[in-house]
Amino acid sequence: MKILVTVKEVATVEDEFEIEGTEIADQYLGADLNEWDDYAVEEAVQLQEAGIADEVVTVTIGPEDCEQTIRQALAKGADRAVRVWDDALEDVDLLDVEAKTEILRGVVEEEDPDLVLSGVQSGDDSWGATGVSLAEELGFEWAAVVNHLEHDLDDGIASVRRELEGGVEELTDVELPAVLTIQTGINEPRYASLRGIRQAQRKPLDVQTLADVGVDETVVDSDLELTDMYEPESESDVTVWEGSAEETAGELADLLEEKGVAP
Amino acid sequence: MSDVLAVADHRRGDLRDVSYEIITAGRELADETGGDLHLAVISGTVDEFAEKLDREGVDAIHTVDYGEEFNHGVYAQTVTQLYDDLAPQYVLTPNSVNGLDYAPAVANELGLPLVTDTVGLETDGDTLTATREMYGGKVETTTELEGQAVVTIRGAEWPAADGTGDATIEAFDVDVDEDALGTTVNGFEEVGGGDVDIGEADVLVSVGRGIEEEENLEIIEELADALDATVSASRPIVDNGWLPKNRQVGQSGKVVTPDVYVAIGISGAVQHVAGMKGSDTIVAINTDPNAPIMDIADYAITDDLFDVVPALTERFQ
Ligand SMILES: Cc1cc2nc3c(=O)[nH]c(=O)nc-3n(C[C@H](O)[C@H](O)[C@H](O)COP(=O)(O)OP(=O)(O)OC[C@H]3O[C@@H](n4cnc5c(N)ncnc54)[C@H](O)[C@@H]3O)c2cc1C
Ligand SMILES: Nc1ncnc2c1ncn2[C@@H]1O[C@H](COP(=O)(O)O)[C@@H](O)[C@H]1O
Repeated sequence: MKILVTVKEVATVEDEFEIEGTEIADQYLGADLNEWDDYAVEEAVQLQEAGIADEVVTVTIGPEDCEQTIRQALAKGADRAVRVWDDALEDVDLLDVEAKTEILRGVVEEEDPDLVLSGVQSGDDSWGATGVSLAEELGFEWAAVVNHLEHDLDDGIASVRRELEGGVEELTDVELPAVLTIQTGINEPRYASLRGIRQAQRKPLDVQTLADVGVDETVVDSDLELTDMYEPESESDVTVWEGSAEETAGELADLLEEKGVAP
Repeated sequence: MSDVLAVADHRRGDLRDVSYEIITAGRELADETGGDLHLAVISGTVDEFAEKLDREGVDAIHTVDYGEEFNHGVYAQTVTQLYDDLAPQYVLTPNSVNGLDYAPAVANELGLPLVTDTVGLETDGDTLTATREMYGGKVETTTELEGQAVVTIRGAEWPAADGTGDATIEAFDVDVDEDALGTTVNGFEEVGGGDVDIGEADVLVSVGRGIEEEENLEIIEELADALDATVSASRPIVDNGWLPKNRQVGQSGKVVTPDVYVAIGISGAVQHVAGMKGSDTIVAINTDPNAPIMDIADYAITDDLFDVVPALTERFQ
């Protein structure tokens, strides 16, 4: 069985930052492998170690800069990576779910996996939608917010648990081929070993253009337009205690005593 | 094309709060587009649900008596068929775990733009302006689009609709293609039980990713001991296996309302806040003065937890 994992490099923001137009100024941004995708990669690698998957391929839509991040997945055990990028994607400030769906479809059709694992959401723009949209596009089955997957995958069925609200889990059988959107906590993602990191440098990372994956450049023409970004107005009237840690801890201790909390 | 179609959410016999909130969101949009607000209630005891959902502002309720519980295939098929019938301008669904299990499929199938997890919506009839968060709530954005769209709304952002309506309630004759239903829901399980019920505690000392390492939890436990308080946590601490699931506060954990909630190294993501915003007094200890937790905290210390927590413990020993 072949597993494809969609992975994204997400932007992280420092505590103090400035906004320029509809973006956070570059100098305040960092990059990381999307937390949810890290769990998806781990799940795929575990299925490979269990002898159920023969091959684990990661796919990302992202510029050359993100290769270092994507190689983290290779260092953890994925076999090879596909990265889609194109000049047409260069100046796009909002790659919407529809565009990601179409581009990823091109890759999935080429790779023909039995199972696609994606993350529940991107940590930066949090659409929480790409996996399910992609499944519909492909005519695959799907399940969103999966926090347990039975590893036998017998009879072309994935038995999963979907994590609903309020500590309730739904037990669901999903016909393969399918897209599962993976929730954090489903496993314990490993740290890449030094050996893994060295090997990752030699694993194939195949770069493809939109034309290569059979998608027209007009895919970037979004119906959505990002028109503003701002720091949310704080509605709070929070009292911030100032001073040394001893002083602020003292203020809090006084409050706790006042509330009758402290013994 | 000026109507609004909203979809209710229910589970195990109960309508979820967002079902009433989506009426408010939908009504506001329909007032601007000049159309009707249609509500779909799919599966379960739909007649009983419809009666409850007939609140002020709802024009029509379409019930689909098919199956007991949520199945994304049934929902997706029903909503697309209702869309073909009604041609609404906006399709609204909750941004719940189940909402995210069908709304993206509906949008893709209908070829409509999708905007998820909105916290504010405005329209002038043509242009929809959606407010969303990015970067875990550090910034807000507005996104505009023309024409029709599928939109998911975040829970607890709109007030619940009240009053009694006079909606027409009609069974919608959906043609469910059973061969296309590729998932089967076999049941539910409650998780997170055990000896400790953080929902009962008067004082919670709650720890988040700012604690960095498992062995550092010791300073949190020492504080809790000194205060005779209970330790709870944000999700990453539980995901890492450092504390059991029954300690998790939030959307997928427990809802708590203690007298005092001390959030230590917790950013205040919406899914966490959903579980603790009802606390009487909220204290945040966080190095980031812009962390979203500051918006709901009553008191805050913007300093390193590794300095503040031991100093606090010492005061009580
Ligand atoms: C479907 C779904 C369900 C979810 N359910 C839940 C849920 O039930 N409960 C939940 O909690 N989350 C839930 N989440 C996850 C949620 O989105 C956040 O990822 C999570 O709450 C973040 O936890 P955190 O605040 O501990 O970590 P972070 O967001 O990483 O925040 C860490 C904070 O610690 C501060 N910090 C760092 N170092 C220090 C220091 N030395 N001293 C003081 N402060 C420091 C940082 O400034 C930061 O604000 C869910 C997510 C999804 C998608
Ligand atoms: N640019 C991208 N490249 C590859 N996968 C992506 C990309 N964006 C999103 N995904 C996948 O879709 C999931 C959900 O993302 P989103 O719908 O953007 O919140 C992520 O966890 C990824 O697995």
